[in-house]
Amino acid sequence: MMKKLILSVLLLNLLAACSSNPPKEEVAEPATTSAATTEAPAADAQAATATDAQAAADAQAAADAQAALMEKNSVYFPFDVDAVQDADRETIMNHAEYLASHPDAKVRVEGNADERGSSEYNLGLGQRRAKNTKRALVLGGASDSQIETVSYGEEKPRCSEHNEACWAQNRRADINYSAQ
Amino acid sequence: MRRWILLCLSFFVVPAHAVLNIEITGAGEHQTPVSLVRFAGDAATAQGLLDIVGSDLIRTGLFKLVDPAGKTPHEPRDIRPSEWVGVEAVLIGSIQAMDDGKVAVKFRLLDLVRNAELLSQVVTAKEDQVRAIGHRIADMVYERLTGSPGVFSTRIAYVSRDEGVYRLVVADSDGDNEQALLTSKEPIMSPSWSPDGRQIAYVSFEKRRAMVYVQSLSSRMRTLIADFPGSNSAPAWSPDGTQIAMVLTRDGESQIYVANSNGGRLRRITYSDAIDTEPSFSPDGQSLLFTSDRGGSPQIYRVSIEGGSVERLTFESGNAFSPRFHPDGKSFVFAHFGDGVFHIAVHDLESRQTQILTAGGWEKKPSFAPNGKMILFATEVQGRGILATVSSDGRVKQKMVAQRGDIREPMWGPFLK
Repeated sequence: MMKKLILSVLLLNLLAACSSNPPKEEVAEPATTSAATTEAPAADAQAATATDAQAAADAQAAADAQAALMEKNSVYFPFDVDAVQDADRETIMNHAEYLASHPDAKVRVEGNADERGSSEYNLGLGQRRAKNTKRALVLGGASDSQIETVSYGEEKPRCSEHNEACWAQNRRADINYSAQ
Repeated sequence: MRRWILLCLSFFVVPAHAVLNIEITGAGEHQTPVSLVRFAGDAATAQGLLDIVGSDLIRTGLFKLVDPAGKTPHEPRDIRPSEWVGVEAVLIGSIQAMDDGKVAVKFRLLDLVRNAELLSQVVTAKEDQVRAIGHRIADMVYERLTGSPGVFSTRIAYVSRDEGVYRLVVADSDGDNEQALLTSKEPIMSPSWSPDGRQIAYVSFEKRRAMVYVQSLSSRMRTLIADFPGSNSAPAWSPDGTQIAMVLTRDGESQIYVANSNGGRLRRITYSDAIDTEPSFSPDGQSLLFTSDRGGSPQIYRVSIEGGSVERLTFESGNAFSPRFHPDGKSFVFAHFGDGVFHIAVHDLESRQTQILTAGGWEKKPSFAPNGKMILFATEVQGRGILATVSSDGRVKQKMVAQRGDIREPMWGPFLK
């Protein structure tokens, strides 16, 4: 089973490497069996045979890489602005590169807004922020179909006080990896 | 009776089993002095009825309740005008238990200035519907004394948020008698009443993104009417109840669409590269108000439901959100954001003047009562979202403070038919 997974991962990586340029649409449909390669649990790895040890280590490395990536998965926006800022270029590129090299990985980009607007306007603003974050990820090499965009507007504030320090936290888009 | 008058004088009415406390400030330009006499019959029922009629009338700011000072007339012949100096109208009546477990409430409203009978009615209902009877009596008294229909029997909807649990709540217009229509761990937004008051459209994130549902109040059955890719939100019913305007991002930006009320026959109304949202039908059903940032900042615009040309209506410094028509279609209420605070404001379509009605704060999501005399909106006290109302002339304000949780997204329901 693990061998099959490794094989499919390799294949997918090859495919991704061959297709860093368009057409993107066809490439991005990963075989469903390849799911979960990036998150092989450590317990399984110890129980594996010697030949599988390397694969487990790789999987662990991938999981670690994703965990490291997840430490910085938010990009932030000025008030009523939906363009991705230069300050977040590194975050965007890190995720774009990861997505490009892991075509089976999928993310949900969740756009948020601070409370200075109506809830419906902020839903629209969060959607724009998510969409622009997605566009930046795709420009950085991620595939269109790896990224779903949603908006929570002002409905899920990370911080609930009425001050700029708090609002700045809430004007953001989160890049969340989907459980596979 | 005396205890109750004291409560009213302190402008702080706490009905039995209240979920909300109500605080009133300001008064109408002219307050009609009215005396309410506890009805004959079962004392507890009569007191309950009196409390409801009294707090309904007090909340409008248009009436001054005059203590009957121990006088207990139940029939017109018991009233000696010399004993009621300064009182313009007096409400008297009686409660009779009937064989089928119902009660018949007979009441009269007497004009002591013109010596005329303004109302003489009998209302029958189950004994546990005292609240409803009280609201109906208050509606009739209000209409006879002001010329406008009362809205005490109407209902409101709002969203409460408490420790990560969202509830879509329907309550009486005084905030009492609340019932949860939906409970969810994910956000709920934008409840919108059908014009017959039997259904509510709203936005729920229970499937991890915004989708529009329509739910029946009586059967609790609900229908998912919009689940296109992206966000589906801001539902608003047409006045005839056959159509729902909403906002979809399926074609990119937030744009306004109109569908049949079951979600079918979808057609796009606005075409912009901006956020177009919060549609609200005009009372004649021919046009929509909406919020758009197409001019650079969010302002209020109008478009025909046939689509086509778009007219900008507000030119405020700061931003304008959440427009809702007055029931007469001649003005609209909106939330204005400027200098760091939200105000509730009314814009007159003919004079093109905007009037700010409130002192300012986190005041959002206004909607008119169906008689156009009051505006319900969301505000905040000590960091908690609460409901508030302001009279359309800005004179009378009240705050309804929930005992717990955050209240948001209120919408005043229609007259019940």
